[in-house]
Amino acid sequence: MKSTFETMIETNYETTVQRNGVAYAGRVSYPTEIESISPELERGDFLGSSARLLIDPVRVAPTRGWLKLGLAFAFAFLVSSLSYAQNEIIITHTGVFGQKPVPVSLQGFTGEAEEVLKFDLYVQGFTFVAPDAAQYVINGTGGGAVAGSLTDKFANKMLLSRSYNGASLRREAHAFADDIVSAVRNTKPICGTKISFKSQSPGGSGEIYVSDFDGFDARAVTSDSAIVAKPAWWPGRMALFYTSYARGEPDIFYHSLSSGQRRVIAGYSGLNTSAAVSPDGSKVAMILSKAGSPNVWVCNTDGTGLRRVTKGIEDSSPCWSPDGEWICFAAKFNSRRVLAKVPSGGGEVQRIPTTGVANPTEPDWSPDGKWIAFTSQMGSFSICVMAADGSVPPQPIVSGQNPSWSANSRTLVYNHGPDGHQSLAVLDVFTKQTRDCHRVSGSNSEPAWAR
Amino acid sequence: MKLNKFVLPLALALVALVATTGCKHTPPKVTKLNGPATTNPAPPPEIPNTPPITQDNKPNGQDQLPNWPIENTNLTKLAAYTVHFKYDSAVVEDSEQANLTAVSDALKADSTGNLLIAGHCDERGTEEYNRSLGERRALALREALMKIGVDGGRIRTISYGKDQPVDTGHDETAWAKNRRGQFIWCTPKTAAQ
Repeated sequence: MKSTFETMIETNYETTVQRNGVAYAGRVSYPTEIESISPELERGDFLGSSARLLIDPVRVAPTRGWLKLGLAFAFAFLVSSLSYAQNEIIITHTGVFGQKPVPVSLQGFTGEAEEVLKFDLYVQGFTFVAPDAAQYVINGTGGGAVAGSLTDKFANKMLLSRSYNGASLRREAHAFADDIVSAVRNTKPICGTKISFKSQSPGGSGEIYVSDFDGFDARAVTSDSAIVAKPAWWPGRMALFYTSYARGEPDIFYHSLSSGQRRVIAGYSGLNTSAAVSPDGSKVAMILSKAGSPNVWVCNTDGTGLRRVTKGIEDSSPCWSPDGEWICFAAKFNSRRVLAKVPSGGGEVQRIPTTGVANPTEPDWSPDGKWIAFTSQMGSFSICVMAADGSVPPQPIVSGQNPSWSANSRTLVYNHGPDGHQSLAVLDVFTKQTRDCHRVSGSNSEPAWAR
Repeated sequence: MKLNKFVLPLALALVALVATTGCKHTPPKVTKLNGPATTNPAPPPEIPNTPPITQDNKPNGQDQLPNWPIENTNLTKLAAYTVHFKYDSAVVEDSEQANLTAVSDALKADSTGNLLIAGHCDERGTEEYNRSLGERRALALREALMKIGVDGGRIRTISYGKDQPVDTGHDETAWAKNRRGQFIWCTPKTAAQ
């Protein structure tokens, strides 16, 4: 029988070899978080990748039986002791995508509360196992209401005990899921957030929708029966920008969801589409063709201060780097689709290599700055993710298109399926776990995650 | 020896631990929190209704050709001259020159009419990529017409991406028909009055 210690390692860390033959000693707190590293290796070198504690089996063998005891204490002691002895513990950079999910046991919840918790945790890299195999135990204690606790079995510590009321069962369960995730892992809460998307009828016209991130509580915010496209959130506000052909031609609308008011911020001759608001909420990048080719332009959120940023033959789908310094977009070089970036204030366009995958479009830059997700077309469409600095090459994760990051920089919403019957789905990039969202009638696509 | 370096601190740790817990089969010691805290999740935001856009309720854009919004359109007049494109291409093929000449002639023959060029794509390609490609196709046709003497101020472009296929099939025959630029005859508002 395996010792718990061994199981813990195998459960949470990927198997791998030393990185470039160099051994790194340090302390690992939780699967993808590395607290300290020596010799000098910045946290950024690991980019949220899985890390592994690799202990020479010969050395571990004599202690196996003992290790069933006081795991947390022994583990911490072991690591801190060994951090002074090079090569005793090796942390390596490995399989970024396809990590093992965090095993949790979920007990005492039924019906909708259980469904919500399972969805929310699954799409953030958790998996549901028997209590024996779990690292964390979630216990529902509230009977009909949402109330529960979270216990770290490894540390023998209750991390959370809380009840929720005053809202719908779904919202309360989402709030508990947020508390669970933030107790386990220091990421931003996403379970109470909204998405916006388009739903299109077979004739081509559609409406812009807003819903919870899992697709529930959806409602159309337009009723124009026009072709619509590419909704984008104004960061931190209940406001959208989207493309609508309601005036006859594609225009970019600003739409306040709190007042219901809207206005055209870009209604120039030709194409006006693909709005993307800068992370500080001050600028809108978009595609306009008024100068003779579809290019990236930037204006203020009220449409003033318009200036052209790119001059290529055919650009599409701009997005912002989280520091607002760059606009990443799909361009065409030598008749081929490529990703490129340009300083948001204007300047030289630089290609972003996407070695190994073809026809990249619809980039979206993660809020933590580390990742760029995009659609790749190689026969069918794939959601691909690469490190923004190129240190992790692009990898197809799942079949689908139009990825949009949530605030936690690991969960994406995207659409997939045959044309005319697209569905939204939510994906945990690092474990590749994905679930379909609740859908509305029509073809659901081009989701944007509020953040 | 490294083995000792490893085992010794560990053994010490375990001794210390056994001393405090007594037995290795002790049930997990759990740190209890002081009573369940309560959270009241915020209510969902209220989203008021927005009236649809109609002729009477139509916000203004920044049109460079405000004199002829695409209202009075004639889809049939120039339908015979629809131009087709190769896959993923916005290059106007030489074989399409006769269609361009015919459209140019129609514009020269009737100076009250203007031209809307609608660019379309087949279904292979994402929505936004195709929206740019469709626009690029329409613009390529505009450039080709200007090259043979048509005033660019009489030509608008619109891209429908892959939203309006003429053939909803999923094979090369359908795709070839859908990769197209359509010429739509427009009568300006001012001229119609």
